[in-house]
Amino acid sequence: MTARRASIGSAVVMTLYLMFLLVPIYWLVNMSLKTNAEITGTFSLYPLNPTLNNYRVILTDPSWYMGYVNSLIYVVMNTALSLAVALPAAYAFSRYRFLGDKHLFFWLLTNRMAPPAVFALPFFQLYSAVGLFDTHIAVALAHCLFNVPLAVWILEGFMSGVPREIDETAYIDGYSFPRFFTRIFMPLIASGIGVAAFFCFMFSWVELLLSRTLTSVNAKPIAATMTRTVSASGLDWGVLAAAGVLTILPGALVIWFVRNYIAKGFALGRV
Amino acid sequence: MDKPVNNRAWFLVLPVLVLVAFSAVIPLMTVVNYSVQDTFGNNQFFWNGLGWFQEVLESDRIHAALGRQLLFSAIILAIEIPLGIFIALNMPKRGFWASLVLVLMALPLLIPWNVVGTIWQVFGRVDIGLLGHTLAALGIDYNYVNDPFDAWATIIVMDVWHWTSLVALLCYAGLQSIPDAYYQAARIDQASRWGVFRFIELPKMQGVLLIAVLLRFMDSFMIYTEPFVVTGGGPGNATTFLSIDLVKMAIGQFDLGPAAAFSLIYFLVILLISWVFYTVMTAQKDTP
Amino acid sequence: MARITLDNLAHSYSPSPKAEADWALKPMSLTWRDGGAYALLGSSGCGKTTLLNIISGLLRPSRGRVLFGDRDVTDLPTAGRNIAQVFQFPVVYDTMTVRQNLAFPLKNRDLPAAQIAARVEAVARMIGMEDTLDRRARGLTADAKQKISLGRGMVRQDVNAILFDEPLTVIDPQMKWELRTQLKALHREFGHTMIYVTHDQTEALTFADEVVVMSEGRVVQAGTPQSLFDAPAHTFVGYFIGSPGMNLLDAEVQGTTARVAGTTIPLGRAYQAPRGRVQIGIRPDAVRPSAEGLPFRLIRAEDVGHHRILRGEVAGAPFNLVVPEDQPIPATFDRVALDPTRIGVFVDDWRIEPLERAA
Repeated sequence: MTARRASIGSAVVMTLYLMFLLVPIYWLVNMSLKTNAEITGTFSLYPLNPTLNNYRVILTDPSWYMGYVNSLIYVVMNTALSLAVALPAAYAFSRYRFLGDKHLFFWLLTNRMAPPAVFALPFFQLYSAVGLFDTHIAVALAHCLFNVPLAVWILEGFMSGVPREIDETAYIDGYSFPRFFTRIFMPLIASGIGVAAFFCFMFSWVELLLSRTLTSVNAKPIAATMTRTVSASGLDWGVLAAAGVLTILPGALVIWFVRNYIAKGFALGRV
Repeated sequence: MDKPVNNRAWFLVLPVLVLVAFSAVIPLMTVVNYSVQDTFGNNQFFWNGLGWFQEVLESDRIHAALGRQLLFSAIILAIEIPLGIFIALNMPKRGFWASLVLVLMALPLLIPWNVVGTIWQVFGRVDIGLLGHTLAALGIDYNYVNDPFDAWATIIVMDVWHWTSLVALLCYAGLQSIPDAYYQAARIDQASRWGVFRFIELPKMQGVLLIAVLLRFMDSFMIYTEPFVVTGGGPGNATTFLSIDLVKMAIGQFDLGPAAAFSLIYFLVILLISWVFYTVMTAQKDTP
Repeated sequence: MARITLDNLAHSYSPSPKAEADWALKPMSLTWRDGGAYALLGSSGCGKTTLLNIISGLLRPSRGRVLFGDRDVTDLPTAGRNIAQVFQFPVVYDTMTVRQNLAFPLKNRDLPAAQIAARVEAVARMIGMEDTLDRRARGLTADAKQKISLGRGMVRQDVNAILFDEPLTVIDPQMKWELRTQLKALHREFGHTMIYVTHDQTEALTFADEVVVMSEGRVVQAGTPQSLFDAPAHTFVGYFIGSPGMNLLDAEVQGTTARVAGTTIPLGRAYQAPRGRVQIGIRPDAVRPSAEGLPFRLIRAEDVGHHRILRGEVAGAPFNLVVPEDQPIPATFDRVALDPTRIGVFVDDWRIEPLERAA
C-alpha cells in the first residue's frame, strides 16, 4: 500500500535526521568517558576503558562547578525578571489600546534583532560604571535585551486567546486587578507562562558573548570557564567534553518537562 | 478586535520600558555617542561628525565581511528552510514517538553556543574527531583550519545541525493546525502528494514560515560564538563574519569610533533586510 | 450514479471492542436508492459522521460491507469510490482562484481543458459565483467559501453520490434558506444521490425524501418526513422531531384503553397487554383543551405567530399543546382531550403495533 510505503519513507528520513543530530553529541559523550591518553592515542567509536574521572574533576573543583552555579543563577534571575515585567505589559498590549501602543510593541521587537556584538562593549562600560560588573544581576539584566521582547510577544499571543469577558466578569464580581491577575488570569495562561519561561531559559542559557563580557571571576558562566580553561591547561579534551555534556543536561531536562507545550508555543509562531 | 482605549495601560508597560531603556536605550546612546567622536586616549573626546560612518562605509575590510555575511545567510536560508519543511512533513504526528522526536530535535537548540562550536570543532578534527577521521579515512583531504572551503563547509553544516530543528518545529506546528477535513477533501479531489503540499500544506505554513525565515535570517546574520570557537574567523579572514569583525574591532583593537559606527550600520542593515522580508512575504499573503 | 447498500455494517474505534458502548456504530443494514435525497439526522455524537466517513471511504468499517450498485467498495480508498463530499467548515484551496478551485477535481482526473472550462462555468452559475470566478479564494466570506465547497462537490457529473456533513453550520440564517433551496433545485435538476448529515430537524425534513434518524450509534428509524412525524418508531424520534416534540406519558395499556394518572382514556385501537416500561405518546397538535380527559396544569403560554404553544404538565410529566391561532383557548381549563387515532404506544422506547382489528 502506498500509505505504508510513505510511512516507512518518513521513518527513514527521521532516522537519518536524528542520527545527524545525535552523532556529534554522542561523540562528545564518548570523549567525556575516555582518558586523554585514549582520546589522542587511539581512535575508537566507544570508550575502551570507560572512566568517570573527567566528571569527577569538574564536580570536585569549585572553579569548574561554580561555573554551572553561576550560569543557573543568572538564567533563573533573568527568567523571573523577564516574566515579571513582561506579564503586565503583555496584558496591556492584549487588552487595551493606548497612546503609541503599536509603535511601542514594534520597538520592543526590534530589540530582538539587535546583534549582541553591538551591545557587548557598551554593556561592559555601563555595568562597570554602575558597579555591577561581574555580578549575576548584570548578566540577567543584559539578557533582558532579547528575552523581555520575546516574553511579551509569546505571552501576548496566549493572553489574546483568553476571552475578555472573563476579565469583565471578575471585575463585576469585585476582584481587584492584582487579585484577578494572580488568582484567575495567570492560571488560565499557565501554559503560556511555561512556554515563555522555557524560551527565556533557553536563550539565556545558550548565550555566551554578553555573559562572558560582563563577568570575570565571581559570576563567570560555565561556557566561559570552558573556553578559558582550554587555553590555559593545554587542551584537556576529556574534561572539556565532560563539561560540554554537563551543559546539555539542564536543557534536556527542561525540554522533557515542557515537551507537550512546545508545539503549542511554536504554533503561535512566536519564538 | 475592538479593544477599549485606556491610557492607564501605560502603567502596566512601564516596568518593561524602564528595563529595556536600561538594557537597550542607554547602551545604544553610548554607541551613538562614540560613533560621532574621536579620542586620543585619556578619556578626551572630540566631535568627528559622520567621519567614522564614512570610513566604515568605504572600508574594504567591512565590505568583505558584509559580503561573507550575506553569502552565509543566503546559504543558511537556502538549506535550512527547505530542509526544515521536509523534516516537518516527515515527523510523526502523535503518540510517544512524536514526543520523543520533538525532544531529541529540540536538543541542539538548548546547547550553549560555544559548546555547539566545541562539539563541531572536535567532531571535525582529523586526529580525534569522528567526522574528520572518517573523511580522512575515505581519502578526502579535509582540514577546516587551513582550507577556507572546508572551514565554510564545517560552519554551514554546524549551523544546519544547530538550527534546522527550529525551522522544522515551527513548520510542524503549522502543519498540526491543519484540520483533517483538508486532507480528506484532497483525497476526494484526487490531489497528488505534490498537490496536497502545494495547495494545502504550504499555504497553511506561510505564517510560521515567515517567522522562520525572519528568525533564521536575523540569527544567522548575527552569528558570532559558534564560528568563533571553530575557526576564530580564519583561515585568514575567510570566516570573519560581521559580528566577529565587530568584536575584533571594538574589544580587540579598541577602535571605539569606527566600531560604534559599524554597530549602528549593522543594526540598521538587519532592520532593513528584516523589513524587506516581512513586507514581501506579507504582501504575497494579502494579494487577493 | 449508483444505489448504495450498507450490509450489516458496524464500526468501533477501539481495535478490540468488548462492551456495547465501544461500538460507535451498532450493526445496521440500509439501502439508498439511486438519485434519492437522504438525510442522516441525530444529535452530535450519535455516529452519523462516522457513518458518512465509512461511506466516503475515509474510514474502514470494523464489520459489514458497503456496496455501490452491486460492487463491493468496502476496501476501496476514497479516490476509487468516485464520491464528492462537502464538509462542515469550508474547505477551499486558499491560494487558488475560485475558478481553479472548481476546476481542481476535474484537472486531477485529466479531463480535457475545454470540458473543464464549460463545467466550471456551469457550476459557477449554479452557485451564483460567475462574477467572482477570478478572485483569490482566501479573501472571501465563509458563505462564499462554503459555496465553493458545494460547487467543488457538484463539478463532477459522474459521481456516485454527494455527501454533505452539516454543510450549513457556518452559514448565516437567511443564507441557509437560500442555499438549501438551491441544493434541492440542483438535486431535482441533476438527480445525484445526496446524503445530508445534520442535527437540525428542519434542514433534514425540508431537504430529504427520506430521513434516517440515529441515536447512540443506532438507526432508530428511516422513513419519509411524514412517517417520522406521524408514526415515530422510537420515543427518541418522537421527541427529536417536531417542535415541541411528542408528549410521552407513563401508562398502563389494556386492550383499547390506557390508564394515565388514574384516568382512563380510549386508544382507538386494541393492543396486546405489553410488558416492560409502557408509555403513550401523542403529538402536541393532537391534543386540545377540554372539560374532561387527563388532568392538566398550565404553566405558560407562548405565542409563536401562526400557532400558540401551551406548556404544562400531566401527572408531573411535561406536556405541551399546540393550538392554532384561530382556535380560542378557554379562560380556565384543567383537563386535556387526546385524539385517540393519533396516540402511539411505546414499550421500552420502541413503538408497538396495534392488534389487527380495532375494537
